[in-house]
Amino acid sequence: MSKEFIKGNEAIAEAAVRAGCRFFAGYPITPQNDIPEYLSKRLFEVGGNFIQGESEVASVNMVFGVAATGIRSMTSSSGPGLALKAEGISNLAGARVPSVVVNVARGGPAIGTILTAQQDYLSATKAPAPGGFKCFVLAPATVQEAADLVYEAFDIADKYRTPVYVLADGMTGNMMEVVELPPMRELSELPSKDDWRVNKLEQDGNFRSISSYSPTAEGLQEMNEASEAMYQQWDKEEQRWEAFMMDDAEYVVTGYGSSGRIAKSAVKELRAQGIKAGLIRPITLVPFPKDAFDQIDYGRIKEIFVAEMSIPAQYADDVRWATKSKLEIISVLTSGGVILETEAIVDAVKERV
Amino acid sequence: MEKSLLIAGFGGQGIMLIGKMLGFAASKAGMNATFYPSYGAEQRGGTANCTVIIGDDEIGSPVSRRLDTLIAMNEPSFVRFVDRMKKGGVVIVNSSLVQSKVEDKDVKAFYIPANDLAQELGSVQVANIIVLGAYIAATGILDAEFAKQVIAEQLGRKPEMLELNMQAFDKGMAAVK
Repeated sequence: MSKEFIKGNEAIAEAAVRAGCRFFAGYPITPQNDIPEYLSKRLFEVGGNFIQGESEVASVNMVFGVAATGIRSMTSSSGPGLALKAEGISNLAGARVPSVVVNVARGGPAIGTILTAQQDYLSATKAPAPGGFKCFVLAPATVQEAADLVYEAFDIADKYRTPVYVLADGMTGNMMEVVELPPMRELSELPSKDDWRVNKLEQDGNFRSISSYSPTAEGLQEMNEASEAMYQQWDKEEQRWEAFMMDDAEYVVTGYGSSGRIAKSAVKELRAQGIKAGLIRPITLVPFPKDAFDQIDYGRIKEIFVAEMSIPAQYADDVRWATKSKLEIISVLTSGGVILETEAIVDAVKERV
Repeated sequence: MEKSLLIAGFGGQGIMLIGKMLGFAASKAGMNATFYPSYGAEQRGGTANCTVIIGDDEIGSPVSRRLDTLIAMNEPSFVRFVDRMKKGGVVIVNSSLVQSKVEDKDVKAFYIPANDLAQELGSVQVANIIVLGAYIAATGILDAEFAKQVIAEQLGRKPEMLELNMQAFDKGMAAVK
């Protein structure tokens, strides 16, 4: 396999095409603009379609419509755009429409900054929109992982009939890195959606519908119970994380996405200085990899350093929950576009050694 | 091995271009590389910078507070970043535009009058390719052949410009003694 030196946003876009994505609708926002720019040309080369919608709301609903016919579809945006797409994402989840939503996160609140940040953790994992639902959430830390996870996101979406939310950030989106892109999928190899796609008639000749709506309370409860069963299956089968140097670790550093890769640099630097540091880096945020934290030796480890480009801390809340408050949490935070430095994590740990 | 490089100068000096070219060259050489641009509210005439990390192994943070190498294409960039050098680090100074000198005895400095050398070749626009050559010669981080392949691919659309850029690269390498 040949390797390429490629920009994160372009790797995300190309990986989507290779996964079989044939429809994209979106509306411009920095720092994700290379994704639509790339796809506006590339999708037509493979017989797909690209629409720059008149708004975020229109775009996400176009994705709903196309994905409901069984075509692999994606939209991407950044924080403020995701807020506008929220109701549409809720619809994708409620109607169980497989789809991929990419967030190349920037600083907030509100329009905040175009620079990289991780201030959308809570909205991605807890409440992307009203109504109570979850997306499957993946958090790439490198350009390679962004390509791999976006590629896989389409399979996860089809397997569970769910929107998959890829929470990247401006750092991953705008940096270039050496990457091996995944192979082109043949559309004929993709799973059949004949049992639910709306553009196929029922056996009795009736039209199908696909909706997040139920005319009865019991019907809606049943739909929500089915979703809940899916979330529980994710918890059992889909938790994913990277553990690095954890076997004899006395100090644990944790972070997801770009903070995770920076935290790994910090762990290597601490080890080089003779300090037994280890890393837990979630790859799935939903399901949260709580098993990784259950495996911590709480006899040996007393504190955990949470690295996050968000003020206030957001990911730290889940770490507190997953560690059952058994560890003291020391947050190493930046916000608003300030990049977390390896040295800041190293210094925070060394203060406690 | 993992080496950090920060390239800084005025917007328009081709800072981002040579940063990306180094990433492409490292990739050709079978190494890992990251290129991280400072992007956002940069202005024409303001300072632009990017960080390139080249390594044999997986690369963690794509930015670094402490630098192995700095390429300073103008005075404000030199002043802003020169204090971030590691011991034994290398600074490539575009001495056509930077009057200051490196004072740290633990840092090796190469003063390359890149704009003047580029002017001798007929175009100040290739000053960035001259410092690219100087960087390869000064650090030996990768074989010059890989950088030349990238020049041919990226800057080879017009034969006369390719020739000029190749000359600039060689001149930059030769300027490092």
